[in-house]
Amino acid sequence: MPHDHADHDHPHTLLPSDPALRVKALETILTQKGLIDPAALDEIIETYETKIGPRNGAHVVAKAWTDPAFKTALLKDATAVVSEMGYYGRQGEHMIVVENTDEVHNIVVCTLCSCYPWPLLGIPPTWYKSDAYRARAVREPRKVLAEFGVTLPSDMAVRVWDSTAETRYLVLPQRPKGTDGMAEAALMDLISRDSMIGTGLVSAP
Amino acid sequence: MSRVHDMGGRFGDGAIVPEAEDDPVFHADWHGRALAVTLAAGALGKWNIDISRHGRECLPPVDYASMSYYEKWMAGLAGLLVDAKVLTREELAQGRAIGSSDLTAKRMDADKVAAVLASGGPADRPSDVPVGYSVGDMVRTRKINGNRHVNGGHTRLPSYAVGALGRIVMIQGTHILPDSSAHRLGDAAEPLYAVAFAASELWADPEHPKDEVVLDLWQSYLSAAT
Repeated sequence: MPHDHADHDHPHTLLPSDPALRVKALETILTQKGLIDPAALDEIIETYETKIGPRNGAHVVAKAWTDPAFKTALLKDATAVVSEMGYYGRQGEHMIVVENTDEVHNIVVCTLCSCYPWPLLGIPPTWYKSDAYRARAVREPRKVLAEFGVTLPSDMAVRVWDSTAETRYLVLPQRPKGTDGMAEAALMDLISRDSMIGTGLVSAP
Repeated sequence: MSRVHDMGGRFGDGAIVPEAEDDPVFHADWHGRALAVTLAAGALGKWNIDISRHGRECLPPVDYASMSYYEKWMAGLAGLLVDAKVLTREELAQGRAIGSSDLTAKRMDADKVAAVLASGGPADRPSDVPVGYSVGDMVRTRKINGNRHVNGGHTRLPSYAVGALGRIVMIQGTHILPDSSAHRLGDAAEPLYAVAFAASELWADPEHPKDEVVLDLWQSYLSAAT
């Protein structure tokens, strides 16, 4: 069980001070001990660099924009619907999709750590994990949005979702005007990671 | 009282630096390695997600504040490995294995990675605790924050939402209670809700009268309000 260590006696102080060497030391000891497989580490890294990322979320959003029955089901039980698309997994066990409308804009944060819907968006960007975003998104979301270049109409509400449990939130951004004829694949290219966190909007091409 | 990680609403952090959509997932090779070592060590089954979060939260505040994200992960992992007796302090100090481990059968080999990542670890569990609130009910969060089992223990009620009046907006089933699970005291599953708070209930100078913050909160964090 974790407990408090005096500053000078926390186990991490036994490791090299350079972070890259610190990681290497842990990997080396655990590998020598027969507890990790370095090839498994390569596989994990490759998975989150190339296979699991915001394209998955964009697929879900584009489908919701083009298929009303899918959208209804997604808003009702996102976990079941995205699982059917193959997007279930670690850090996405309990999914909820929240829809942006003319009345409300949604934005997601984790003030206590860095909870994020990995199977749909991959590993979070650095700013999402930063103290500044964690501290400010709940108290002044509109100033935060302005730093992303987003200004909302004055009568639109902002709803900030602080991910304090194992529920993970994905924002369903508004479909931009002027995209009526576009197919799912073309729409996917418009949908940014930030728009699915709520710090961006989707624009027509 | 809470710990250093509980920073929601804090002043003084400065501007956010957005990143391009096509920026690398890992900004240095060791970042990816740190994430992967953490996941692979987690697969040994010696701790759960609540224990690992609490491990990072127990870092001395001066370290937590000065470390980069993956440095915190590495420091947290070093603590977990020693606390769970997977590695010894001597092994960390010498940078090499001393003696064998009885956990080698739990090693996640490369061919298992895809299945492990795809199977996840759901946090919902059956519970005998009856669902006490309905959507639309008004509730108030605990006035004094903190773990009720362990002084200074893990909890998921952020300080900024303590003693606040909110409205139940979703019932999310029954989930493992982190306050118990983080200290190996059992799952203690209970009803979990999404609770909406008006910004004016939380902040001295709210940005807009229509704005809300929604938190996922366990039933024992709440009491009925009118």
